[in-house]
Amino acid sequence: MITKRIIPCLDVKNGRVVKGTNFKGLADVSSPVTLADYYSRCGADELVFYDITASAEGRGIFTDILRETASTVFIPLTVGGGINTLADFERVLGSGADKVSVNSGAIRNPAIIEEAAKRYGSQCVVLSADISLVDGKYTVFARGGRDNTGLDAIEWIRTGVERGAGEIVVNSIDTDGVKKGFDLAMLRAVCDVVNVPVIASGGAGKKEDFTSLFREVPEISAGLAASIFHFGEVEIADLKKTLAAEGINVRI
Amino acid sequence: MIGIVDYGVGNIFSLCSSFKKIGAHAELIKEPERLAECERIILPGVGAFGDAREKLRASGMEEALMREVRAGKPMLGICLGMQLLFEKSYEFGEYEGLSLVKGAIRPISDVIPADYDIPHIGWNVLDFDDCELFKYIKKGDFVYFVHSFYGAECEESVIATTEYGARLTAAVKSGNVYGVQFHPEKSGDVGLAILKAFCEIEVK
Repeated sequence: MITKRIIPCLDVKNGRVVKGTNFKGLADVSSPVTLADYYSRCGADELVFYDITASAEGRGIFTDILRETASTVFIPLTVGGGINTLADFERVLGSGADKVSVNSGAIRNPAIIEEAAKRYGSQCVVLSADISLVDGKYTVFARGGRDNTGLDAIEWIRTGVERGAGEIVVNSIDTDGVKKGFDLAMLRAVCDVVNVPVIASGGAGKKEDFTSLFREVPEISAGLAASIFHFGEVEIADLKKTLAAEGINVRI
Repeated sequence: MIGIVDYGVGNIFSLCSSFKKIGAHAELIKEPERLAECERIILPGVGAFGDAREKLRASGMEEALMREVRAGKPMLGICLGMQLLFEKSYEFGEYEGLSLVKGAIRPISDVIPADYDIPHIGWNVLDFDDCELFKYIKKGDFVYFVHSFYGAECEESVIATTEYGARLTAAVKSGNVYGVQFHPEKSGDVGLAILKAFCEIEVK
């Protein structure tokens, strides 16, 4: 039986891992290569690298880091951040990424999803969306949660899957960094409309938040988090033991 | 030397790194004639069947690869590389495969319940028969899958399966030809152990 995945997310800037709260106030945490290796050894099922640098030089450093990580860590790597063109897909896939996550790039040009799925396969294309509840409507935000696009999030994701996205990351802006648990209502709304794997992001503060996630929204494939793993508030090996004890199928 | 067939399909970066990690000498092979120098062959692949088969043929790799395999060299197809070994695929049309393994590639939606996600993405248990490929791993070990199509009508060649609402083919063997649906290069220590075992299969 397929297992629920636990995915640490590493926001990388200038070759270092950083993580903010509610996307503001970044704090330097550690080296991406060291962290990736550490996570892989303690049972992470997959890793996500978000490139949050904006400069060409930063992109170069990021690609080097990715290569170094992919040479030493043998679990799936997803790369996101700054993915706007097929050339961006090519660049990160050629440096060891297995999947590529598009967010703002797909909002600007939705056709990128189709083009990338056609060229690399749907399994390679992850649609990531930053979502907030605005006036009772789940709404997509662009540029790391800064710009309200006015797009209906559920509709955006549904059409994204139609265009060829093979996996969805739902990041709730409302629960991100708050550490009071995942946005179960938002996740439920997304799972009701798609039949590709959905990864929950934003809000994990303790082990029990993952238990509630997989219990309350059983369709969810994976839980993603950053700071609670980086700062050791939740140990992945320990988290998986807890989940297994609760009858949730995980890889141990 | 292990030759990783490079015909412009899929991400082979991790595969190269995996062999390095287990201390095996592997090289990317772009020129078909160089396959003759290889002791064993890896056929990778990601993407669509029809397109990959065409690239394999157009690059001249197919002819060289078939010659080496018929001469008895061990070959391992990975993911789409495994699917290419079959007689036929029904992915976005109907395509002929290499016919090294009896059977056809069909959508997993034919056999799994409607409420299961497609693609089948993630870590799943490998249920396997005794095979030299699995000599270093144990029952219940997990490997990483990413696929929407699977090997069907291949009962006589199946050496491993996985459970995803139905029994899906996870690995096949036909003589010196092996194929795995999962990604050993992405399956942590378990995957590396399978690649190591492949490197040790006796060359006749």
